Amino acid sequence: MRALTWHGKHDVRVETVDDPEILNPRDAIIRVTSTAICGSDLHLYDGYIPTMMAGDILGHEFMGEVVETGPGSTLRKGQRVVVPFTISCGGCFHCGKHQYSACENSLPADNQDIGRELYGHPTAGLFGYSHMTGGYSGGQAEYVRVPFSDVGPIVVPDDVPDDDVLFLSDILPTGWQAAENAQIEQGDTVAVWGCGPVGLFCVQAAFLMGAERVIAIDHFPHRLELARRFGAETIDFEESKTYEALMEMTGGIGPDACIDAVGLEAHGFFVDNVIDQIKASTFLGTDRIHSIRQAIIACRKGGRVSMPAVYGGYVDKFPLGALMEKGLTLRTGQTHVQHYMPGLLNAILDGKIDTTFLISHRLPLEQAAEGYKMFHDRQNEVTKIVLKPGLEIAPAAA
Amino acid sequence: MSADTPNSEWPDEAPPTTSKHGDRARIAGEELIEPKGDSLSGVTLTIDRPRADLFAFWRDFSNLARFMENVIDIEVLDARRSRWVVKAPANRTVEWISIVTEESEGDFIAWASEPDAPVPNSGRVDFRDAPGGRGTWVSATILYDPPAGFIGKAIAKMFQREPAIQARRDLRRFKQLMETGEVATGARNRRLLEEGKN
Repeated sequence: MRALTWHGKHDVRVETVDDPEILNPRDAIIRVTSTAICGSDLHLYDGYIPTMMAGDILGHEFMGEVVETGPGSTLRKGQRVVVPFTISCGGCFHCGKHQYSACENSLPADNQDIGRELYGHPTAGLFGYSHMTGGYSGGQAEYVRVPFSDVGPIVVPDDVPDDDVLFLSDILPTGWQAAENAQIEQGDTVAVWGCGPVGLFCVQAAFLMGAERVIAIDHFPHRLELARRFGAETIDFEESKTYEALMEMTGGIGPDACIDAVGLEAHGFFVDNVIDQIKASTFLGTDRIHSIRQAIIACRKGGRVSMPAVYGGYVDKFPLGALMEKGLTLRTGQTHVQHYMPGLLNAILDGKIDTTFLISHRLPLEQAAEGYKMFHDRQNEVTKIVLKPGLEIAPAAA
Repeated sequence: MSADTPNSEWPDEAPPTTSKHGDRARIAGEELIEPKGDSLSGVTLTIDRPRADLFAFWRDFSNLARFMENVIDIEVLDARRSRWVVKAPANRTVEWISIVTEESEGDFIAWASEPDAPVPNSGRVDFRDAPGGRGTWVSATILYDPPAGFIGKAIAKMFQREPAIQARRDLRRFKQLMETGEVATGARNRRLLEEGKN
């Protein structure tokens, strides 16, 4: 089959590799019809995620058609499914509590050592995201082996276009969980740092959960315009002073809930021996830490801070005093995708949530490497690239 | 006495395998299992299955090769004896006869290698009801004597140098098999699985 493989920093290639096979009873093989490049894929592209190996297939946002099933799968050939980026067994203590991203059984035993060392406990396996998260081949390919196919993939109706439901795989549930973690109450003012895909879904979710106002913070004009389209007021942090603006826009109270969706593109986990390297990099260093620090400082007393943004290691100058003295609640975590999929699928089918507005580019899988470069170099107008295996190659990439 | 029962003269309730003092761990080990070495390690995991099921699966030693990475085969010889065939470097294997020294249905199994074993080892596995209805605590306690030379290398390979790491990995696979019916792998297909690519 054809697949997008990683070979090193800024070196990804579409290659022919051997096909996936059913290995365990609950596996299914999916023929991919749509797969997106996630912001977090750029961190693999930039070479910041350890435990990558040459030839690894990337991609964790994908959907497709069931073409083969193991004896323990509940799927049927021909069904269309969206696959969660988190791999979860459905039967362990955490899955029983719907804490799917904390699944105890989806990460292969040998790959659990690093998580235990770094975080005290290993977490769930992920598709296409290094060997620390299981070494599972990802979805930017023609076919994928999907473990625990009786638990993860959600079947979607035949008449719904891929573009409407693809983001159930990651970013829509991630934005929704972030808004839920903000414990929004009627009349709240919610501030969202970062207008990437997750931040933009936070804006929509916050209004649906009863927020009266949402204030979106970014520096890309096009992304701020998208936030505005969903009813948010905006702060361009290169044009205005964020803290002062937030205080003036809330009568000095501060936002009731603050969501840090800046570092969200980094689903990754960084081991401590590369933390210095990460800090030295321009975009993973102080800026990312800056956003959560600013969210805590700006949040009203007794307010809620939600952090879908992923931090992988240790941070300096974390405002623990502000958190304590103001009595804030901080909630965070990798997304429990399976928990949110059914409800969000219904919300999409009922027309309550729009997801397709995000897609700025559609490319054939064959042009995936160009897609990475484009996404990396032009973040203002490239909001989301969807790859379609079999799509005819455009004469010239946009 | 089980793997986690502290000696009354000790300062706390922490399991002896977590002691900072090597002699304390050694004494505890010798109270628990046959003294077949001075390298003690212990690992406990919670498995969401009834104690009786887990005990029964483990007690059929022919099942152990399904989740113990370096065990090629375990042949049950009689009610107490079994022959273990374990991977060694350079595509070789080492074998020994293991004998059940003590057991209590549903509670624990203790074993030790027969006296002429190339790799003296002993251990026990305890099954206890987990608090809060969370299933069963499974504790593996292993004592072994790492010999020198070729066999020493085999043992280093078997225990990945650090017996606790290998025991923990094996217990995680046991948990996966018991809770999900399969052992997780990140491999894409059989070829990669056989090459050990995860």
